[in-house]
Amino acid sequence: MAGAQQPHDIVIIGAGPAGLAAGLYAARARRRTVLLERAVTGGQIALTSTVENYPGVDEADGFELGQAMLRQAEKYGMATAHAEVTGLEQRDGLHIVRTTQGDYTAKAVILTGGADYNRLGVPGEERLTGRGVSYCATCDAAFFKDQVCAVVGGGDAALDEGLFVTRFASKVYIIHRRDELRASKILQERALAEPKIEFVWDTIVTEIEGDDSVERLQLSSVKTEAASTLDVAAVFIFIGLSPNTGYLNAGYLRGLLKMDEGGHIYVSDWMETEIPGLFAAGDVRVNSARQVVTSAGDGATAAIRADHYITDTFKQ
Amino acid sequence: MAKPRDVSDSDFEQEVLKATKPVLVDFWAPWCGPCRMVAPVVEELSEEYDGKMEFVKLNTDDNPITAGKYGIRSIPTLLVFKEGEPVGKIVGFKPKSDMKKSLDAVV
Repeated sequence: MAGAQQPHDIVIIGAGPAGLAAGLYAARARRRTVLLERAVTGGQIALTSTVENYPGVDEADGFELGQAMLRQAEKYGMATAHAEVTGLEQRDGLHIVRTTQGDYTAKAVILTGGADYNRLGVPGEERLTGRGVSYCATCDAAFFKDQVCAVVGGGDAALDEGLFVTRFASKVYIIHRRDELRASKILQERALAEPKIEFVWDTIVTEIEGDDSVERLQLSSVKTEAASTLDVAAVFIFIGLSPNTGYLNAGYLRGLLKMDEGGHIYVSDWMETEIPGLFAAGDVRVNSARQVVTSAGDGATAAIRADHYITDTFKQ
Repeated sequence: MAKPRDVSDSDFEQEVLKATKPVLVDFWAPWCGPCRMVAPVVEELSEEYDGKMEFVKLNTDDNPITAGKYGIRSIPTLLVFKEGEPVGKIVGFKPKSDMKKSLDAVV
């Protein structure tokens, strides 16, 4: 079922906005293109309640926006496959993409693996995941109707999801380790004006407790180290993201592909990595603005450059 | 090839708990994006495991009693029941190969 028999022109790894936009441009360039995804089409936006900052789209359900991007790229011939990439190799000037569904061979590869939400790494978190510990408010908030919930974080995702949780919960504590927010001003204004939201500043979660489901959080003040407890039925965790680039730290790429300490890939203005024919776009790259629109722009840029690269490199 | 059919609070006991074969229950809701990704995979699995187990889905919005009884706090959740007892659980969207591993472990 994998594409080992016949090389692809372009293999795209990751079906978030960057990968979907790259697929659209690659397919319209009439390149034989396959988009690989291990989980959900849309990436982070598939778990987002609403997207209201993508130009021209007044307000979209995040999942639906991802599906619309997919349909648009498929209309021009992009193929998709459900597979997790385990590593990259090179052979005879071609890229070999190793996956759980077999190998794919490509003239160019675009890395658009995006980023995953970080875990807190505190006791109780893993055991109670799916039992009140959640990384997806749009999936799980409705189970906590008229209950007290907490959100951890101070960025856009924390406030956006915190506001979403207020549709169901009787009260939402937003626990943030600093005394100011990184989130965009418009989200700050909404959160500060929402009567169900109470901010808990300068505070970190040290433990999540509960027998069968979340019952309370152990908190600690970062300023005074004073400990306290907070009774909640759920805790939604949005404390930043890490790029999905771990699989690139192996094989021939190890040491060749330039990354920062956080695992983000350095690219040129054309989304080129250090490796000819290997591109990176969206949240996996250094200095991504981490927006749907900027990731889509990155993806389009990478696909346009990959098209030129193939023309220049593989001409007869 | 029967598609996974809907079960409810009222017929859950008859359709799932008293079933002679193992039953996979897909807990979902219309507002849940990832649930819409799981549904087609569950449909494929229902064909591949035809005869070995039954596949049903339960809308947690319309059937809060059953969802509450089994402590569903996150969807999509897939529960496998055997002789009236939950014997397997998959929370969140997982690749089909992972789902098959989980099913093969209990069927």
